[in-house]
Amino acid sequence: MNDLDAENRLRFEQLVLPHVDAAFNLARWLLRSRADAEDVAQEALLRACRFFRGFQGGDVRAWLLQIVRNTCYSWLDKNRPRELMVEFHEELHPQPAATPESMAIADEGRERLTRALETLPPRHRAVLVLRELEGCSYKEIAAITSIPIGTVMSSLSRARRQLHSALVNPGCKELLRGL
Amino acid sequence: MDCEHICTIIHVYFDHELSAASDAKFKLHLEHCSDCVADLDACDLVRDSLQRSHIYAHAPALLQRNIRADLRSFAPTTAWSQPLWWYWLAAVAALLFVTILLGRVGHGLRGDDYQAELAGEIVDAHVRSLQPGPLTGIASDDGRIVKGWLDAKLKFAIAVRNFANEGFALQGGRLDVMEGRSVAVLVYERNGHPINVFIWRTREPDTSPRAGSRQGFQWVDWRKGKIEFCAVSDADLVDLEKLHQLISSSA
Ligand SMILES: [Zn+2]
Repeated sequence: MNDLDAENRLRFEQLVLPHVDAAFNLARWLLRSRADAEDVAQEALLRACRFFRGFQGGDVRAWLLQIVRNTCYSWLDKNRPRELMVEFHEELHPQPAATPESMAIADEGRERLTRALETLPPRHRAVLVLRELEGCSYKEIAAITSIPIGTVMSSLSRARRQLHSALVNPGCKELLRGL
Repeated sequence: MDCEHICTIIHVYFDHELSAASDAKFKLHLEHCSDCVADLDACDLVRDSLQRSHIYAHAPALLQRNIRADLRSFAPTTAWSQPLWWYWLAAVAALLFVTILLGRVGHGLRGDDYQAELAGEIVDAHVRSLQPGPLTGIASDDGRIVKGWLDAKLKFAIAVRNFANEGFALQGGRLDVMEGRSVAVLVYERNGHPINVFIWRTREPDTSPRAGSRQGFQWVDWRKGKIEFCAVSDADLVDLEKLHQLISSSA
C-alpha cells in the first residue's frame, strides 16, 4: 500500500512538490522551530505520498497542508503536550531564543514580530499564518484546520488583535517603522 | 449594524470574504464610523508587518533533497537493495491485510454510505481531540480508575486495560458526543501516535474488523457483545489491528 507507481509518482512530483515551501512554513510556525519543522514536514510529505492515491483531486495545497497540520499536532501532542492545552486568553512562553535562526535575525523588528507570532495560541497562529503568509481563503483554512468557518473568522479577528497590540506596545513603533 | 457585531465583520470585509450585498452595506457603515476605520488600519498594519518582514519560512534545500530521496525509494524502478527488500515485504504484507479487511467490509450488514458517514464523524471527533483546549476526561494509565470514571457517566460498562507491555500505553478516557449520543473514548499512545478508541452501545450483531482511511487518518471498526468499537489514529493500520486484537481478547 506504500508504493507509488511511476505515473502516480510523476503526478505527485508535479502536483505536491511545488507546495513544499507552504508545508515547511506552516510546520515552522506551528512548531516554533526550524529544526523540528524539517523533520515533521518530511514526515508529513511521506504521509502525503502514502495517501496520494486517496487524493480525489481539487485543492492540492489545502490537502497537503491539512496533513502537515495534523502531523504537527500529533508531534506536539507527543513532544510538547502542554502547548496544545494553552487557553485562548493565555500567551505561550517563547521558545528558547538562542537558536541560530534568531541570532541570525539582524533586524530587531523582525525578531519582535517572530516572538509576537510565536506567543499566540496554536490555533490563532495557524489561522493567521495560513491567511497572511499563505493567502488561503476562509474555506481553505477551515478545511486545513478542521474548524468551522465561523471559528476561522473569530480566531482570525482575535489573532490580529493580539498581534496588533503586541506590535504597538510602547517602544515598538519605532522598530516597526524600520521594517 | 451595531459595532459589537461588527468586530468580526471588519476582518471578513478586510479579507474580501463578505457577499457583495454585505460588502456594500459595510462600506456605508465605514463612512461614519471612525472606530471601524481604525480597526481596519490595525488589520493593515498587521498584514503589512507580516508580509514586509520576510518571515515566510522557505523550505531548506536539504529538506527538498530528503523528500525527493524519499520519493525515489517509493518508486518501483529502484534497485532491489537489501533494506528495500524488507520495505517491499512490509508493503506487500500491509496490502494483503487491507485486501482481507476490504473483503470483509463487503459482508457488512450496513451500507458503505452509512459506514463512510460514521467514519467521517469519528475522524472529525478524533481531529477535535487534537485541538487545543480543555477536554473533559480523565488522564490516567490505570485502567480501573479510567473505568470507574467512565462507568459513572455511561449507561453501559466497558472493560478498560492498559496494554503498555504490548506497546499501547493507556493515556486516559473521556466522553464525546456522536449522532446525539454519549460515547466513551479510550486514549492510547502507540510510538508517539495518539489513538482514540470510540466505544458505544449497539443492537447490531458482532462483526469482524473493517478498516478505512480518511483525511490522513485510519480507522478500524468492529462490534462485539452489543458494543461497537472504532479505533482512529494516524498510526499504522497494522497497529490499529493489533489494538483491536488486544481489546477483543481482554473484554
Ligand atoms: Zn463601526
